Amino acid sequence: MHLSESSPLIEVKNLRKVYQVPGGEVVALDGINLSIERGQIYGIIGMSGAGKSTLIRCMNRLDTPTDGQILIDGQNILAMNEKQLMATRRKVSMIFQQFNLLMQKTVARNVRYPLEIAGVPKAKANARVKELLQIVQLEDKADAYPIMLSGGQRQRVAIARALASDPEVLLCDEATSALDPMTTQSILALLQDINQKLGITVVLITHEMAVIRQICSRVAILDGGKIAEEGTVDDVFVHTRSAAGKRLFGIVPTKQDETEMAEVPALRIVFDEGRESQPIIAGLVKECGVAVNILSADIKRINGKSYGQMLIEMPQDDAVKKQVIQYLTGQGLTVKEVDPV
Amino acid sequence: MNWALIWQGFLETCMMTVISSVVSYLLGMPLGVLLVVTRKDGIKPAPTFNAVLGAVINFLRSIPFILLIAMLIPVTRLVMGTAIGTSASVFPLVISATPYIARVVEQSFLEVDGGVIEAAKAMGSSTWQIIWKVLIPESVPSLVTGAAMAVTTILAYTAMVSAVGGGGIGAYAITKGYQRGKKYYDFMYAASAVLVLMVQAIAITGTRLTRRLDHRIR
Repeated sequence: MHLSESSPLIEVKNLRKVYQVPGGEVVALDGINLSIERGQIYGIIGMSGAGKSTLIRCMNRLDTPTDGQILIDGQNILAMNEKQLMATRRKVSMIFQQFNLLMQKTVARNVRYPLEIAGVPKAKANARVKELLQIVQLEDKADAYPIMLSGGQRQRVAIARALASDPEVLLCDEATSALDPMTTQSILALLQDINQKLGITVVLITHEMAVIRQICSRVAILDGGKIAEEGTVDDVFVHTRSAAGKRLFGIVPTKQDETEMAEVPALRIVFDEGRESQPIIAGLVKECGVAVNILSADIKRINGKSYGQMLIEMPQDDAVKKQVIQYLTGQGLTVKEVDPV
Repeated sequence: MNWALIWQGFLETCMMTVISSVVSYLLGMPLGVLLVVTRKDGIKPAPTFNAVLGAVINFLRSIPFILLIAMLIPVTRLVMGTAIGTSASVFPLVISATPYIARVVEQSFLEVDGGVIEAAKAMGSSTWQIIWKVLIPESVPSLVTGAAMAVTTILAYTAMVSAVGGGGIGAYAITKGYQRGKKYYDFMYAASAVLVLMVQAIAITGTRLTRRLDHRIR
């Protein structure tokens, strides 16, 4: 039944979703093609209304696409009957922005739910629940009701519940969007842990760039129901091509930057190789004896590496200028001269 | 004051209320489930069926109970063997209460967060599993509140079955109190007081039970 291990775990082909609304139709997804490999943490980012929620909800058929294919493990889930779909859904778990826990059941009963519906014997199920609660570090909350838990704890319960059926994929629908930054960090760390230790492929949608940067290996930028661009996170972030991507990453120069650029001759230093951070400016001062005037800088850190660019004022003296460019190039940086307009 | 009659009426009222409530719930609960499940945005949409069922329920609910009793007399005689008396009055009570309960139960189910049902679907639950393991358990507190309301309504309706010669404390308040003239008004008041106490008891029990069963309360 399984295709070769190297084939993508999830393949989306020409996916379209059209909603009929009074007086016309809304195209939520407009020909999506995606390929998600085993073991990846795949991020889908977009502004609200871009269609990302519809896309991830099509992956377990919570939403029914209008057209196209979704292959999971080589099988088109859109062609499945109800029974096959139920079986597939147990391999494709999902967590939600609002956690969606059973509020009248204890934490342990929530986590046991997928085992109950799969007919796992009680004793075996209870043992598994214990294990799962250990993974999400909530052993002491087994008998608590969800109302007594914080948002982060509730999402942990939801994660444990999602893991109960031994899934191959975990779909995360804005899983951290209702959480504060600190809690978001811990949930992301947990997702990364699950990905690495259990080998579960993670597909997440978010509108937060920070989430993508922190844990994703690949990213697709969704805009107006289409994929604006797709690639490794490092690549998409550094060589952002699409307007949607630039807007999301906030690297579209503002008017103020442009006027700044125009005022004096300058050097643009591009950090595009994902360098380990080095004290470039301090190096310049030490090696070349130049006091550097930074005009602007937009450096972001992804996976511990620096990306972005910095604009420094051009040294007046030609010899010094040459020395500076030589030093920076020697550090593996791309340097460009920017003329005042 | 005829205390013996009050006691007898109390027991008859209890019997009518309990039997009617139980039978009405056995019929109304599945109807309520059907109403929710077959909605356009339900777990198993069936819009036409839903519309027909809704229309039938609304029709039954729109007939005043006192008229329903009269209109049902031939059917009651067929089903219960007789159209007169305490036992016979259970039939129109059930016919009247069932559609009401279907709506009350529907309302409780609609309160269940759609996200939770979606999560259950995403976990690979069958329709039955969603109904039994999610929809019903998650709405227990609301179902209990609704039940207290429904039982109170049925209790009030038992007073009206005096029209078909049914017993019960409400009927006696009218036939053995009011209709026998001013001299017997004290009996009417005493019987009514017992009814008021019964309604209060049901309401208080409902509220307490709801609070005890609802795990959304810290």
